[in-house]
Amino acid sequence: MATQHSRSAARIMMAPAVILLLGWMLVPLTMTVLFSFKKYLPLRGGDLGWVGFDNYVRFVSSSAFWPSVQVTLVIVGGVLAITVALGVLLALLLDQPMWGQGIVRILVIAPFFVMPTVSALVWKNMFMDPVNGLFAHLWKFFGAEPVSWLSEASIQSIIMIVSWQWLPFATLILLTAIQSLDSEQLEASEMDGASPLARFGYIILPHLGRAITVVVLIQTIFLLSIFAEIYVTTQGAFGTRTLTFLIFQRVLESQNVGLGSAGGVYAIILANIVAAFLMRIVGKNLDS
Amino acid sequence: MARSVTQQRKAINTAVAWAVGLLIFFPILWTILTSFKTEAQAINDPPLFLFFDWTLENYAVVQERSDYMRFLWNSIIIAGGSTILGIIIAVPAAWSMAFVPSKRTKDILLWMLSTKMLPAVGVLYPIYLVFIRLGLLDTRIGLVVVLMLINLPIIIWMLYTYFKEIPGEILEAARMDGATLKEEILYVLTPMAVPGIASTLLLNIILAWNEAFWTLNLTAAKAAPLTAFIASYSSPEGLFYAKLSAASTMAIAPILILGWFSQKQLVRGLTFGAVK
Amino acid sequence: MYLKNAFGAAATVSLLMTSSAIAETITIATVNNGDMIRMQGLTDDFTAKTGHEVEWVTLEENVLRQRVTTDITTKGGQFDIMTIGMYETPIWGKNGWLVPLNDLPADYDVDDILPAMRGGLSYDDTLYAAPFYGESSMIMYRTDLMEKAGLEMPEAPTWAFVANAARAMTDKDNEIYGICLRGKAGWGENMAFLTATSNAFGARWFDENWTAQFDSEEWATTLNFYIDLLNDAGPPGASNNGFNENLSLFQQGKCGMWIDATVAASFVTNPDDSTVADKVDFALAPDTGLDRRSNWLWAWALAIPAGTQKEGAAKEFIQWATSKEYIELVAENEGWANVPPGARTSLYENPNYKAVPFSEMTLKSILSADPLNPTVDAVPYVGVQFVAIPEFAGIASQVGQEFSAALAGQQTAEEALAKAQALTSEEMEAAGY
Repeated sequence: MATQHSRSAARIMMAPAVILLLGWMLVPLTMTVLFSFKKYLPLRGGDLGWVGFDNYVRFVSSSAFWPSVQVTLVIVGGVLAITVALGVLLALLLDQPMWGQGIVRILVIAPFFVMPTVSALVWKNMFMDPVNGLFAHLWKFFGAEPVSWLSEASIQSIIMIVSWQWLPFATLILLTAIQSLDSEQLEASEMDGASPLARFGYIILPHLGRAITVVVLIQTIFLLSIFAEIYVTTQGAFGTRTLTFLIFQRVLESQNVGLGSAGGVYAIILANIVAAFLMRIVGKNLDS
Repeated sequence: MARSVTQQRKAINTAVAWAVGLLIFFPILWTILTSFKTEAQAINDPPLFLFFDWTLENYAVVQERSDYMRFLWNSIIIAGGSTILGIIIAVPAAWSMAFVPSKRTKDILLWMLSTKMLPAVGVLYPIYLVFIRLGLLDTRIGLVVVLMLINLPIIIWMLYTYFKEIPGEILEAARMDGATLKEEILYVLTPMAVPGIASTLLLNIILAWNEAFWTLNLTAAKAAPLTAFIASYSSPEGLFYAKLSAASTMAIAPILILGWFSQKQLVRGLTFGAVK
Repeated sequence: MYLKNAFGAAATVSLLMTSSAIAETITIATVNNGDMIRMQGLTDDFTAKTGHEVEWVTLEENVLRQRVTTDITTKGGQFDIMTIGMYETPIWGKNGWLVPLNDLPADYDVDDILPAMRGGLSYDDTLYAAPFYGESSMIMYRTDLMEKAGLEMPEAPTWAFVANAARAMTDKDNEIYGICLRGKAGWGENMAFLTATSNAFGARWFDENWTAQFDSEEWATTLNFYIDLLNDAGPPGASNNGFNENLSLFQQGKCGMWIDATVAASFVTNPDDSTVADKVDFALAPDTGLDRRSNWLWAWALAIPAGTQKEGAAKEFIQWATSKEYIELVAENEGWANVPPGARTSLYENPNYKAVPFSEMTLKSILSADPLNPTVDAVPYVGVQFVAIPEFAGIASQVGQEFSAALAGQQTAEEALAKAQALTSEEMEAAGY
């Protein structure tokens, strides 16, 4: 259907976006790769010459590397599981007829508008603080010993904070998908005497497959690089040092740009592995 | 069409939904409430909910310490500017991907998304050096460009999925009538795509508004937006819950209000092709 | 020689004064401490005197540090004045990144700066940053709780006494914790405290060959002592408490003792913020009889990055902000208790300031810290609560996380020390020691 003319026009129209993104990717990437082969210590005079794969070897052989990959995946996986599971439930709930639906929806999507820095600060200080936090008051009210969340349950706390921020996003997309569900099909199954659970399992959930994929894809892109939440709450302590945070420590705290750059290259590789994995699922799901 | 529902069930739904909604909203509500307390009331044991001496003192202190309007203005320009610029660049690209797809379209789209996975910290030094070279440090234009680039993949993806839902026949018809490419985009496509563009616009304003790494690291005094404003309140000396709450409320209020007023538009297009 | 310098300096200053008749706008990066915020509030006085305008970039300590370090190492030129500490100044000065401050005018009276501060902010006898305020650390304690426990705090207590007193004062049911100490990970948080404390226990970071010493008996004693003490007598969640968290706990009356920065004395005795303002007294940081106390030495100082276009105006600002007149200006507006402490000898000779309850103990603490001989055994480095090498911040942040995790009970002190030893050795080897 497309003519030769429209094909070349299409190419021209895509050019600005592609060229810009290519530049945005290539310039820093080239520089990062370049730095990663150098001994580059800003506080010791900057560029101290080529060192081959030293930085790469050092970064992986550091005892912090594998735990950081693991923590990254745990946090991403945890947040995805929570937001998708609660998102589906919340979407089902919001789809029901009720009074004040608009207001409830406003309440539910609000966390999405809050800056990550602000939400981390609020959670850390006003809720999770073991002395003055609201949770501590609540625990004491029920006669329990207040928990110091950010050290005793550090990863869970961070997953919770991040999930709170992303739950609205998941809910909204899933809600749109549910609303597009053919209600006659549901009614028919109701008449056939299918239990609510069966209806959910056989009709609703399959219908949501595509929406869930999208949620997983978009969120993963953002979650792989979460930083502010960890920076504000634990500074990477108590086993919450993600790969991004480890790179941050190498580049900015240790001021070892060469080593950090090697870490950056690893992070890109990890991101691409995750991406390739996702793309296969997503690709399948989106094509259908 | 409508499922028959008893009033009783509707009441139960309402109660449950409101409870859940308030629970999710509670942290924000608590922050707003705390911002009107004195520092001592903010940490009172047991916590004070509504019955305290409401005061605007914290807002006055925060405003006196940092010129809120300047940060706000920078946030508006940076978030708005980067989004508009991004959409201008993304609309043609998304259009051509949606209506003149080639074998590589999907690959290009996925590649674009993968550029978002570069860890920002890893490329701080390269970008900083480039910015020095170009004289872009602490300029709004520099941040507009960076945030535009960061969000461009998402903008293109959203628009692409939205455009794809527009039936091709309409375009064919327009073409038959002799519409040029430009007219086709301007008069046929754009009006149909307005909801999609609107929600893309809103989502990206939110994302740009909340971006806290580049906006903090590439600015000093002149271009610093609200993310930098909040960085000076994160842990000052002594009791600070009330002041932190006031500063937080000031930082999130504009985008929260915008989001609420436009939530219908936001929701309408926020599908990322999830619905078919 | 000195006189000649002074004349030269006077001449350049008068030159500066005339050339800077053009009003400029300088950008200053600073930390969000109370004293700095007060300085921002008084900027109008500077503008009125010199005509220069000031733009402030106020950031939380960690953010500030990264921001200014990135800028100075890449020569980004975003700031005309940076607020830095005793750790950065000699390293940056050595690299030639800071404008030397050896031509300050005679009436600035550079010799009035406390020798310990001046020494710590110099490299090769050249001053590179002017101290805005200086601090050591000391014990702040509740007189009422001490009395209730039937104890009396000596002026220079031992750690054994402090530990005893802390356990005796603790009353967890009423949320009274005998001692509040830093536990939050960070080289400027728990590691500042623990490094200074380890000095009193005879430990050190490195031996004279730059070999890490975390496998030593002394470190094991230090860390175990600290963890046991906080477990018995510390607040819940101590592993997340830094300076600010402990300050607010103390102000709420929940700490019996608190060993931390001397500048905190003015906050805990300020009745506007502190519920225990009239029940606080001070003592020197404890020792263990090894001739080293557990107190540190630090200064927040103003420095000018080399290459700024506005060096003249920046120098005028530094002269204003760290002058005797500025101290008087603050005293006039906010009272003597709130002036920036620890920078100038003359302040401690001022009868008005001597009347402030914590002034004497602050000075004694500052004078008892010796950055050149911080440890019992000889070391190749300077710095009391830090090691003045570029790698320290990175290493200590990671070590701090291990110690913090040990305090939280996620690993034993021995495990934490073993990890600390391994990662320090690793990083030092990478840096080429």
